[in-house]
Amino acid sequence: MIAVSARKRLFGAGGDFLMEIDVRIGRGGITAIAGPSGSGKTTFLRMLAGLTAPDDGLLEVDGRIWFRGKGGRKPRVNLSPQERGVGIVFQGYALFPHMTVLGNLLYASPDRAMAEKLLAMTGLRQLRDVRPGNLSGGQKQRVALARALMQKPRLLLLDEPLSALDERMKSLLQDELLKVHRELGVTMLIVTHDSSEIYKLCDRVLVFEKGGIAADTSPHELFVKGATTQKFAFKGEILEIRAVDAIHVAVVAIGNNLVEVVIDAQEKESLAPGDSVVIGTKAFNPTVRAFEKGEFDFSKL
Amino acid sequence: MRILIPTCRDNEAIETRNKYIEVPMNQHFDTEPFLLSFRLAGMTTAILFLLCVPLAWKLAGARSRVKPFVEAFVSMPIVLPPTVLGFYLLVILSDRSPLGAWLGDTLDAGLVFSFEGILIASCVYSLPFMLQPLQSGMEQVPARLLEASYALGKSKLQTLLRVILPNIKPSLLTGVVITFAHTVGEFGVVLMVGGSIQGETRVASIAIYELVETLDYTTAHLYSMILIVFSFAVLLLVYTFNRRKGESEGR
Repeated sequence: MIAVSARKRLFGAGGDFLMEIDVRIGRGGITAIAGPSGSGKTTFLRMLAGLTAPDDGLLEVDGRIWFRGKGGRKPRVNLSPQERGVGIVFQGYALFPHMTVLGNLLYASPDRAMAEKLLAMTGLRQLRDVRPGNLSGGQKQRVALARALMQKPRLLLLDEPLSALDERMKSLLQDELLKVHRELGVTMLIVTHDSSEIYKLCDRVLVFEKGGIAADTSPHELFVKGATTQKFAFKGEILEIRAVDAIHVAVVAIGNNLVEVVIDAQEKESLAPGDSVVIGTKAFNPTVRAFEKGEFDFSKL
Repeated sequence: MRILIPTCRDNEAIETRNKYIEVPMNQHFDTEPFLLSFRLAGMTTAILFLLCVPLAWKLAGARSRVKPFVEAFVSMPIVLPPTVLGFYLLVILSDRSPLGAWLGDTLDAGLVFSFEGILIASCVYSLPFMLQPLQSGMEQVPARLLEASYALGKSKLQTLLRVILPNIKPSLLTGVVITFAHTVGEFGVVLMVGGSIQGETRVASIAIYELVETLDYTTAHLYSMILIVFSFAVLLLVYTFNRRKGESEGR
């Protein structure tokens, strides 16, 4: 059980803001941390790992205090990263370039049996004597994951672990993460922008915005709600609205696909290129409508 | 061990200019100044390496406002005339200064005009040549690697020895070799602090000065050529290694 209540002033590209996080995360789950860049997601992971200290607050994990700020009467506590024993997979992997794959794992812990087990689990057996410089992105990702698991951490933090990989590799590694989670029962926190990843892996989503938690919900609630009244619905962005004879056509990007949708004059007035929209259909007519106020803006994930 | 080489000049009486400078009466090629130079350079390099690794590590990680002052202070030997450095080292190391007296007692040796004295002077003089490559090498190691190591439960010392040092091999080589070569090549500070005592402080560069002073150009040429070849070989070694290292890393 992780209980966080932390405050920290952050210096973002869009000016300073106060990060205020109050959240409890249970053991054993996979929690996604989503939100626009600069909203404090990585800082949150770094606070848990002990790499960045909050200005104030309390961080308690399984009844042990990892951080306590100066606010209370009791003395300040700030356990070092070494004392916390959190597994962390960095964005960009941070593999030791002078060590082989096996060397990277054994640096974490000289437990050879564990190293063999993880190499087998992540399909890295053949690459054990290769240095990170000669590995592909997906292979590096696996090494970083295996290395983080060498110390049998109870908490594993992953900072956009799959964002640099292609779709096929992503999907493969998502399966691998699920396998690792099933076999080792480690609590995972994943920073990710990828909605399919959140849906596939996670049982809970924390959406960060400007240093606070804007939404704390399940992936199902987050993605499926709002679309259930319609047969199908896709989120997209309007790229262009152009007049064709008497009608107007909106060009909408949905994922990697472009679609053209006919819109009427009234819709044309209320929509503009760059707007996030939901394209749905009732019966046979696709409709395009703007996001309602308060409806979550998926494009900001 | 001495190798006799015929010289073109007769022995002649030379005035003693300084009571600390013994004037060689019998000119011939002698390996002693070179052995002395290499011993001095080897010991200086070893001492500075052990001293500068932790110092560079401290400085590379420091964000304190004191840092530029420390950096400026330890880099001064690069810009100061060796005579300035030599003069103050002479003052500080002499028996009359409290520090010199204490050091002399501790090391059980007179520091001025002795090998121990020029060793201390060399360490001061060559410090930036060891420190700067190490520090800049350490600063270029991505912070993520250190954080990854800490998160894996490794102490700062373990991280330094097993992650930092293996990743800055070109900087280590540069620091060690340049410090060694620079110490072999130093002249002014050694002359000021050590004079020219045979077998004690008359290193190769000073021996050449003596030879020229006594017009023994043949031996001076020989000694000088040895130092030229040595310096070239050392620099070639550094550049070749660092180039190969750079290529293998795809830079």
